Amino acid sequence: MVKKVITGNYASSYGAKLARAQVIAAYPITPQTSVVEKIAEFVASGEMEAQYIKVESEHSAMAACITASQTGARTFTATSAHGLTLMHEMLIWASGARTPVLMTNVNRAMAPPWSVWADHLDSVAQRDTGWIQYYCESNQEVLDTIITAYKVGESRDVLLPSFLTLDAFYLSHTYETVDIPDQDEVDKFLPSFDPPYKFDVEDPHLFGSLSFPHQFYMEWRYQISLSMEKAREKILETEAEFKKIFGRSHGGLLDTYRCDDAEVVLIAAGTMASTIREVVDWYRDKGVKVGLARLRVFRPFPVKEVRELAESVDVIGVLDRSYSFGYGGAFFAETAGALYNVPDKPLIKNYVVGIGGRDVTPDTVSGILNNAISLKDKGELDQEIEWIELKEGGD
Amino acid sequence: MIEIRFHGRGGQGAVVASNLLAMAAFREGKDVQAFPYFGVERRGAPVTAFTKLDDKPVRIKSQIYEPDHVIVMDASLLKAVDVTQGLKAGGLVLINTDKKPQEVHGIKGKIATVDATAIAVKHGLGSREAPIVNTAILGAFAKATGIVKIESLVESILDSAPAKKDENAEAAKEAYESVLMGGE
Amino acid sequence: MFKGYKDLPCVPMTWDTTLVNMTGGWRTYKPILDEEKCNKCYICWKFCPEAAIDVDDELKEVPKIDYDHCKGCAICANECPKEAIEMVEESIED
Repeated sequence: MVKKVITGNYASSYGAKLARAQVIAAYPITPQTSVVEKIAEFVASGEMEAQYIKVESEHSAMAACITASQTGARTFTATSAHGLTLMHEMLIWASGARTPVLMTNVNRAMAPPWSVWADHLDSVAQRDTGWIQYYCESNQEVLDTIITAYKVGESRDVLLPSFLTLDAFYLSHTYETVDIPDQDEVDKFLPSFDPPYKFDVEDPHLFGSLSFPHQFYMEWRYQISLSMEKAREKILETEAEFKKIFGRSHGGLLDTYRCDDAEVVLIAAGTMASTIREVVDWYRDKGVKVGLARLRVFRPFPVKEVRELAESVDVIGVLDRSYSFGYGGAFFAETAGALYNVPDKPLIKNYVVGIGGRDVTPDTVSGILNNAISLKDKGELDQEIEWIELKEGGD
Repeated sequence: MIEIRFHGRGGQGAVVASNLLAMAAFREGKDVQAFPYFGVERRGAPVTAFTKLDDKPVRIKSQIYEPDHVIVMDASLLKAVDVTQGLKAGGLVLINTDKKPQEVHGIKGKIATVDATAIAVKHGLGSREAPIVNTAILGAFAKATGIVKIESLVESILDSAPAKKDENAEAAKEAYESVLMGGE
Repeated sequence: MFKGYKDLPCVPMTWDTTLVNMTGGWRTYKPILDEEKCNKCYICWKFCPEAAIDVDDELKEVPKIDYDHCKGCAICANECPKEAIEMVEESIED
């Protein structure tokens, strides 16, 4: 075990190296570039035994990873924003083909206008692609999640691709202390990838061919939905096992902080959760019962955990760093959806915040918390969806 | 609602036939629906197409499982496909063949036959190896069932046939006159 | 044969190989090799995108076209330096 001060991007590179990814295919894009640059250095120097495939686009990068995965190789790629959305078709292919590809996505805003700063729209827009989605809060979590996510995704009950996200610059380019585990320990924890079916010239089969409506397309899709359900347990189980060996974990699907007796809870994902943690402590010091529930895994959605949380809470404020034009942020809509069939629901309000990398400061969080507390006192919403710190103008 | 199922082979014009029949019925004031069920499109592969017509709006958007009538555009399909599957009692099976209805065996129900291939070839529709028999067989269907008038059918063909409109119209008329009806 | 999601393999696949896909039926034009003109250079074999041209291990025979799988793309005819492959229209009877 070594402690190093490294960026979130390098934490990704070290994670891929420790996990012994065998095929890396990637295309550079700001602010992801240093993830794959570092891996290219590892491969060039022989520190990492892998095939590094240079490709002409992110679409090709994902296609290469899928195919390599189908031969039984552990695969890794990284991208961001326009790169991720260009992959969209291949993302659905990856889950359909049941290839547990792993990817780092640096959450960056979509143009126009051009913006390279933090925003969750790129990954939230991949909700229905059949990928497991982790949202990270720290560089340590980035490295650890790469190792655990391979184990979850490659387990035969799951066999699905996963990506983890890092907020642009807040993690990708931020140096933090990261505990880099020993290779031996990682090897003990993470066995090599052993898919049940793979491309094999000695035992050829027909993969991904045509399925008529009366055949099994629908059943194969149902199998993916069952595997996503299994992924819930597998994520918890794998984290518990990781904690036993490495002494830390990152909160499962919904990482709750000071929620036990909380009356007002904010649900948020990514780095803003870390700021909220701090502000929650300030309120708690004053005796105000607030808490944080960090949405660590967006797919599968932590339905059970959100319902348990809602049992004792009066107000849930959901912070979305992206917006689904037409109605609400996705985290809000999913939270509200998970609670609709539950009796005695709390009030649920959507705070749209930090779009295009606008800074989410302790003051931003305090403003939101104060509003949420006022809703508890009034017992009703002032508005269902509110864009926070929006410049109004028009004078 | 009257539901007609077409069985053809890719290239014979089953899809166009289902459309032309719907258009003819539309000219007579019916509400109509026509659509194909595609597999992998290629010449010679079995193709199914459907026509629905009714005095009320046709709203059910699913395939036809219990047709009132069946049109078989290629007699070789009788070996490959169960063309009478789900056919309603009293429903007609119209077959493109040079045989008489009583010479067609193994098909239950009411049978009519027409040598649509010979008629198509005579009118220069497709080649001898790959005749386009759709308009001829529709003429025969108009006579055999009376579901649409030959005049409506001819108008639809002149209006909408993709090529050789006059020849197609003549083929329909000739088949109308030459269809052979079998017994139950 | 599969019945439902409980007995499907978890990966969309069949136990068969692609040899069961008789893509020869997609053909509109059929390549016919003139064995007299053929000089056994096997360029057709090299270019065939469907691996539908077979050559013998000793490289003594003229190439054999696998009509069950040839889609009739005509690349072989286009590449043949001896113009020994002619594309002939299929008849529906085949």
